[in-house]
Amino acid sequence: MFQILKRQMLTPNICKMVVAAPRIAKSALPGQFLIVLANEEGERIPLTISDYDREEGTVTIVTQLIGASSAAIIAKEEGEFFRDVVGPLGNPSAFVKMDEEALKGQRYIFIAGGLGTAPVYPQAKWLHDRGVAVDVIIGARTKDLLIYTEELGSACDNLYLCTDDGSVGFHGVGTACLEDLVAKGKEYTQAVAIGPMIMMKFATLTCKKLNIPIDVSLNMLMVDGTGMCGACRVTVAGKTKFACVDGPEFNGYDVDFDEAMRRLGQYKAEEAEEKAKYVK
Amino acid sequence: MAVRIPRVPVREQDPKVRAHNFEEVCLGYNLEEATLEASRCLHCKNPRCVTACPVAIKIPEFIAKVKEGDIAGAAAVIAEDSSLPAVCGRVCPQETQCEGSCVLGVKGEPVAIGKLERFVADHSFTDKPVGTMSPEGANVSSAKKVAVIGSGPAGLACASDLAKWGYDVTIFEALHKAGGVLEYGIPEFRLPKDAVLKREINEVKALGVKIETDVIIGRTVTIDSLMDDEGFEAVFVGTGAGLPKFMGIPGENLNGVFSANEFLTRNNLMKAFREDYLTPIHAGKKCCVVGGGNVAMDAARTALRLGADTSIIYRRTEVELPARKEEVHHAKEEGVDFQMLTNPVEIIGDEKGWVKAIKCIRMELGEPDESGRRSPVPIQGSEFEIPTETVIMALGTAPNPLIVNTTAGLEATRRGGLVADEDGRTTRPGIFAGGDAVTGAATVILAMGAGRKAAKAIDEYLKSK
Repeated sequence: MFQILKRQMLTPNICKMVVAAPRIAKSALPGQFLIVLANEEGERIPLTISDYDREEGTVTIVTQLIGASSAAIIAKEEGEFFRDVVGPLGNPSAFVKMDEEALKGQRYIFIAGGLGTAPVYPQAKWLHDRGVAVDVIIGARTKDLLIYTEELGSACDNLYLCTDDGSVGFHGVGTACLEDLVAKGKEYTQAVAIGPMIMMKFATLTCKKLNIPIDVSLNMLMVDGTGMCGACRVTVAGKTKFACVDGPEFNGYDVDFDEAMRRLGQYKAEEAEEKAKYVK
Repeated sequence: MAVRIPRVPVREQDPKVRAHNFEEVCLGYNLEEATLEASRCLHCKNPRCVTACPVAIKIPEFIAKVKEGDIAGAAAVIAEDSSLPAVCGRVCPQETQCEGSCVLGVKGEPVAIGKLERFVADHSFTDKPVGTMSPEGANVSSAKKVAVIGSGPAGLACASDLAKWGYDVTIFEALHKAGGVLEYGIPEFRLPKDAVLKREINEVKALGVKIETDVIIGRTVTIDSLMDDEGFEAVFVGTGAGLPKFMGIPGENLNGVFSANEFLTRNNLMKAFREDYLTPIHAGKKCCVVGGGNVAMDAARTALRLGADTSIIYRRTEVELPARKEEVHHAKEEGVDFQMLTNPVEIIGDEKGWVKAIKCIRMELGEPDESGRRSPVPIQGSEFEIPTETVIMALGTAPNPLIVNTTAGLEATRRGGLVADEDGRTTRPGIFAGGDAVTGAATVILAMGAGRKAAKAIDEYLKSK
């Protein structure tokens, strides 16, 4: 059992939780994810780690209300327990293994969309703490749906907000914001996009145009997260990869996004049925 | 000359009924049936059944106790060599092991050793509270700590023996429930989880074995940190063979194509078949399962129970099916269609990327290969399509490379199995391994046998340390 020490609604349907998980906190690195099973009857839900504190023995997760299983996670109150939290899973971000010299010359741009903003935080912080140049673009539909603005503000050199409705910051999507920045003379050596699959697809197309290498973090369907089920199959550079053990981050240029989006919808019919039962 | 009693048939759920539920197929013997069946044993002086058993259960001895009506005595005899009799009585391939060597089988039907083992185990569950049995003669506070990785058959067998000898044993399990393949792989209708598996695992816990779930060795913690920081003096790796194989044919990433591992894990571990559980599963109206082993049978019979008209596609003939005979027989009774000498060449999708058909080619048997089985050869021009909504790939599994990749000094073979000697010693002192993690996918009982051998080697290692 894993206790929820803090719980905070960031938007009406995005919830941040700090969970006691000492073993995971001790091993976690930026880019990795974990799996939460709220209750015996729940699903194993993969969530990217949004922060970890080795001393306190805690990990932070951010969940968006989508279906019955995410509802079960969000329904937990402070002091209550998840049945299971397992991880850290997947490989850390590529920069974790790069040596300091190679990192020094890099200029990173993160493009974060919606829920994907939270896992950008440990990555940006990791780089920023080591003196690497980091800019971050956060995008959302409207001002009230932007999350992690304060945290990320202190974990990068320049934070750019953008909203679809122009209620704050750049008026438009994150990729348009990136194009704008580059047009104004910003130069980046590496982009990282985390967010909805469609956003990562367009971020990749934009980066191709701008000639910036890009990594994307694929949030595929999973059961075990350890390479056992193969539900998270994605085609990368023409080869089948398992997002859980080969990823979750891949070179965006190589990812077959259309297939990935299609595979994400594989249980839509069944999920809608469950959601109708549990989310009223 | 005594009158030969025919093998006592075992009661089973009606195929028409069970094709729609997940209750256990085989109902097992009652006391009267078991006693009668036990009386058929000839008590051979050199019992071939014992030699054929990978853990050498003293079969004639326990059967004699059953015959006398001393079921607790029979259980004690089995317990000397097996920690999972209720499981093995259900899932062992007896026809190629104990029963396959039974003298009675030469002219008639062998003694139903598996069914008797199951009867004894089911009637002897003690339901002892966890950790109540103190290890024999052990000074627990000074007991040496052994880590067992994986709570499948190999790990449970190894841990049981070590606990009995007084070691302080902790099993680390990556999933959220203990049992390994017994939990995620084998369906409820063949091995009931709460009524049988959970109780059998509780018997292991009663020996003093601790089980920590949700720990992935190589990710959550490494073997080195278990040994250096947590005081474990020896480690047994019984992580099985969990990685699914695919065929590499076009269309395998279409929606509706699943590995048997995914399909079975959703249904067994995650209980998708139950209304009160959230995990979704999709069998469709028509399902094709590719493969001929026990896992293929399990997947096909699960899909059938979820309402799909189900076919098994296998490239050799029925004679070569690697599955237990009983499973093939049960699958047929339940209405699973068998397409033998057939091999998929492509999976065809609709405009939305969902499976709509599987294109196959007919095969014929050619010359025997190195395994002695006649290898199937495609018949040119015989391609045809089977319309289907889902395809389940049950082509075997390979060991997970995570531990090899995160532990210095451990070596693996080309096929991914850990390099280990007969007694489970790996290439690194203090680390032992056994079961599918070494051999690649095999059987529950072979894994248990390997776990027990390794337990002995660990005992020797720690005593000489």
